[in-house]
Amino acid sequence: MVAQKLKSKPVALDGDRAVAEAMRQMNPDVVAAYPITPQTEIVMRFSDFVANGEVDTEFIPVESEHAAMSASIGASAAGGRAQTATAGAGLAFMWEVLWVASGTRLPIVMHVVNRSLSAPLNIHCDHSDSMGARDAGWIQLYDETVQEVYDNAIQASRIAEHPDVMLPTLHALDGFILGHGVERIELLPDNAVKKFIGIYKPEHPLLDVDHPVTYGPMALPDYFFEHKRQQAAAMEKALEIIPQIGEEYGTLTGRYYGLMEGYRLEDAEFATVALGSTAGTTKTVVDELRDQGVKAGLLKLRCFRPFPATIVAKALGDKKAVAVLDRSLSFGAQGGPLFLEVVTALFTHGFGPKVVNIAYGLGGRDIVPAQIHQIYKELIEIDGKGFTGPPLRYLGLRE
Amino acid sequence: MTLKTWREILAGGLITNAGNSEEYETGSWRSYRPIIDMDRCTHCMICWVYCPDGSILVTDGKVSGVDLAHCKGCGICAHECPRKAISMVEEALAMEGAQ
Repeated sequence: MVAQKLKSKPVALDGDRAVAEAMRQMNPDVVAAYPITPQTEIVMRFSDFVANGEVDTEFIPVESEHAAMSASIGASAAGGRAQTATAGAGLAFMWEVLWVASGTRLPIVMHVVNRSLSAPLNIHCDHSDSMGARDAGWIQLYDETVQEVYDNAIQASRIAEHPDVMLPTLHALDGFILGHGVERIELLPDNAVKKFIGIYKPEHPLLDVDHPVTYGPMALPDYFFEHKRQQAAAMEKALEIIPQIGEEYGTLTGRYYGLMEGYRLEDAEFATVALGSTAGTTKTVVDELRDQGVKAGLLKLRCFRPFPATIVAKALGDKKAVAVLDRSLSFGAQGGPLFLEVVTALFTHGFGPKVVNIAYGLGGRDIVPAQIHQIYKELIEIDGKGFTGPPLRYLGLRE
Repeated sequence: MTLKTWREILAGGLITNAGNSEEYETGSWRSYRPIIDMDRCTHCMICWVYCPDGSILVTDGKVSGVDLAHCKGCGICAHECPRKAISMVEEALAMEGAQ
């Protein structure tokens, strides 16, 4: 394909409105959603589009998130393109039906504005909600900037519906930091988005009465395991498809997407690994350290599920020391979810750099450049002296 | 029935052939077997109506036996039979008797 960048429209939008705008352009057949801070603005704005006739979407104002996901499952099985959005406790309330969506192989797109899980009650950003859903069979993409919020929202639809994938896709943006942070972003023309995502043609729509099909049957011990193996295979396939779609999106926009982004990583000696908006803060610190002659680098992970183990291992294998940043805790585990994945990837690929885990930013606590400088300082010390004790450290916490 | 591999089945557990539950032989679940006393049976068809698995066999409008490949041995037929013509016999004993 010849690279041909489309004329795009610069606008000032926050992450929630960028999602709503992308949804308007994608014009899903069904959106079933329940408002919850900090996702509310998506539903509010999208409801405007519905009320104003700017989309053809059937909007279902459900009574709960369990119902939102259940309605999305029904709509998707029927043959429609279904999207929803939620946050924090809303995602937790969907938990049971998340597995039904993925097990039934329905390409639902869900925008999750990351919020901590109660208790204590907190509306601000951490990744406890989406990490709580990490085993539910959904693809998970994370955004660094509001531009990525918009771009990933659109690509999520293509990824989910790819015939070799057919998995629901969760698209995560940091609550408030991206959700309510206004940035200048570029929007594609409406028709370019429509053309990019295409028309959804499900193979076995439930409403095709000439070709009746049973959705949601029982599978006992003789078949259940085979269905789960298929889901695993679809995830493996998604590792190939996601960068292909990211490449195709790049030819339209000039913004290319892979499974991860290495920032000054190749020749780096000290690396951090981060998801979400923290990657942006870290890039600033990496630049400052490079100016001081420190070989610092960043691995920004875009795709957490499926986890791109081989490329992550190869990108980090030769580093002197690595810090993995987790914005959630897995209580009683040896580290956060991202840490466990990274260490497993390194070990199974035969690499053994020193790796520590940094838990940070829970309940929306800010992470600032000075703290990230501290992380790299620790990595340099670890390279010299090694470290003892558990690898998990808490950053920005009052001891 | 040969079980298929994960590469051979439709994604998401979809079933595209209607009525395929017949292929699933639930008779092996049975621990009690219905035995019909044909001398008492009046062919009123109440057992046929109540059987949740469609396992009462009918020939020319008359009860002719039980489909043992699918009968789970729930005993509803015996419970509902107004003539008490159906008795539930332990499967192990029924199997011995059959031999």
